[in-house]
Amino acid sequence: MTEFQTNSPGDFETVQDTVWKQEIAFIDAVPRWLAMSFVFVVFIGSWQLVTALELVSPIILPTPMETLNDMIFVGKNLLTGGYMLGALWITIQEVIYGFALAIAIGFSLGVLVGETAFGEKAVMPYLVAIDTMPKVAFAPLFVAWLGFGIESKVALAAFIATFPIVVGTAAGLHSADENARMLFKTMGASRMQTLIKMKLPTGLPQVFTGLKIGAVGVMAGAITGEFLGGGKGFGELIRVAASQLNTPRVFSLILYLSLVGLAVFAAVSWTQRKVVFWHKERVGAGDA
Amino acid sequence: MKPAVALEYSGAPVGAPVYDLAHVSKTYARNAVVALEDVSLTLRKGSFTSVIGSSGCGKSTLLKIMAGLIPPTKGRVVLQGVPVTGPRRDIGMMFQQATLFPWKTAVENIVLPIEIRDGKAAAKKAVEKAHQLLDVVGLKGFENVYPNELSGGMAQRASICRMLITEPAVLLLDEPFSALDELSRDMMNMELQRICREQNATAFLVTHSIQEAVILSDEIVVMKPRPGRIAEIVEVDLPRPRTLDMMTTPKFGEIVDYIRGLLDKGEDM
Repeated sequence: MTEFQTNSPGDFETVQDTVWKQEIAFIDAVPRWLAMSFVFVVFIGSWQLVTALELVSPIILPTPMETLNDMIFVGKNLLTGGYMLGALWITIQEVIYGFALAIAIGFSLGVLVGETAFGEKAVMPYLVAIDTMPKVAFAPLFVAWLGFGIESKVALAAFIATFPIVVGTAAGLHSADENARMLFKTMGASRMQTLIKMKLPTGLPQVFTGLKIGAVGVMAGAITGEFLGGGKGFGELIRVAASQLNTPRVFSLILYLSLVGLAVFAAVSWTQRKVVFWHKERVGAGDA
Repeated sequence: MKPAVALEYSGAPVGAPVYDLAHVSKTYARNAVVALEDVSLTLRKGSFTSVIGSSGCGKSTLLKIMAGLIPPTKGRVVLQGVPVTGPRRDIGMMFQQATLFPWKTAVENIVLPIEIRDGKAAAKKAVEKAHQLLDVVGLKGFENVYPNELSGGMAQRASICRMLITEPAVLLLDEPFSALDELSRDMMNMELQRICREQNATAFLVTHSIQEAVILSDEIVVMKPRPGRIAEIVEVDLPRPRTLDMMTTPKFGEIVDYIRGLLDKGEDM
C-alpha cells in the first residue's frame, strides 16, 4: 500500500500498551511483623525440638513451656509486689542513676575533648587508654571503694556507659562543616555562641548514637556489678537461680531484665526523635 | 563600631568607592606559599565585580581577607572608610552550599545573623523583614518551612535573604550557585542581578564560569596563579539590565574569548 517498508517484523501500530510486570523480591512484599513472627516461630520451634529430642540435658536447657511457666510465675510475683519487684526496682535505680551520671560526665568530657585544643591534646589520650581497658575488671575496685550497696553498681554502670557518650559528643562537635564555621565567623559569633547555636545542634545525632550505646552498656554494668558485688538486685536473683541450676528461672529473669534495657533504649530513641527531629535515622532497633 | 562613618558611606552615591584594597599580599607561614601578591582593587557602590582564575590563583584567599576571616601579610583593606580587621557587620557572605541549619525554619535561619549579633529580641523584630526578603526572592509562603523541604535553588534563595538581612554594604559571593544545575543557575544569576539592583548592593563574586562572570559583572578581575596576582581587570560594557539572550550576542562572545585567552596565558606560567 505504501512505499515505506519497515524491516522490523510486524507493524508496531498493532502493539497495545507495553505494560509489564516488574518483579518484586518476595521479602519486599512481606510486612515486618510477619517476617519477625517467622523468625520467632522458627526459633521457638528449634528450641522445642532440641529439648523434646533431649539433645541437651534439661538442667542446661529448659523447654520453652517451662520457661513460659516460670515467666508467668515471675510476672505474678512482680505484679503482686513480691520480693522480685523489690529486686527489680533496685536494678532499675542502678540503671537510672548510672545512666544519669554517665550522661553528665560523658557529655562534659565530650565537650572538653571535642571543643578545646587542651582537651583534645592532653585529655583524649588518657580517655582512649582507659577505654581500651576491660572495664568490668574495675568492679572489685568499685566494691572495695563504695561497698556492697547500689553505689558500687551505679559506679560500674556509669563507668561503662560514659565512654561512648564522650566519643559521640566529641565526634558530634567535629561534624560541623567548614562553611558553617566560616558563616558563624562572618556573623561575628563568639565561641560560646558557635558551640551552642551551631556545633552542638549539628552534632546531636552523634551524641544520641553515643547515648544509645551507653544505654546498652549501663544495663550490662549494673548486672555485672551485682554479679560481682552482691547486693539485692535482679542480678543477684539470677546468680542465685543459676547456682541452684534453676535454668528456667535464669531465662525468665533475663527476659524481664531485657524489658528494662529495651525501655531505656526506647526512651533514648524517643527523645532523639523529638529533639533531633530533622535527622531521620535509617538503621537501628527501636527506630522502626 | 563607628556608625557615623558607616552611615555616611552606605548613603554613598552610586559609583563612589566602597571597598578598597591596596597592595594586599598573603604568605602562608605554614608552607611559605605566596598565595596573593600585590593585589589592588576598588569596588564602587552598586557595582558588580567578579574574580576568575584557575585553582591556586588566590581567589579564596582574597575573599577570606576581604571578609575579615584572615589577615593579609602586607597591604591595606578598607571598607566604608574603616579598616577591616575582623568579621564585619557590613559584610554579607554566601557560599557554594546554602548552609542553612536544619533545626531552624527558613525565617529562623534568615534572622540568625541578627540573633547572633543583637540577641533573640532583635531577631524577633527582624522576622517581618525576613518575610519581606523571602517575598523578594520568590519564596513567599515558605517562611516556616524547614530546609529539608527546600530544593537546592530554594535553599540558596533563603541564604541570599540571610545575607541581606543585616543590610551589608558589600556582598561576598563564593561560587554561590555552582552546585545548582545549569538552568537553575542561570535563573538564580538573573535573580541575583535583580536583587543587587533593587538593594543597590555592591557585589563581589568568585566564580569558575567565564559566562557567569561576563553576564553579571561590570568588571572582571582575571587572576593568575603562583603567586596569585591580578593579570588584568576587564571591563564589561554590555548594557544593563542584562538578559540571558545577551549570551548569544557577538559582543558577549568576544569578551568571553578575550578572558579565556587571558586565563590560558596564565596557565602557561
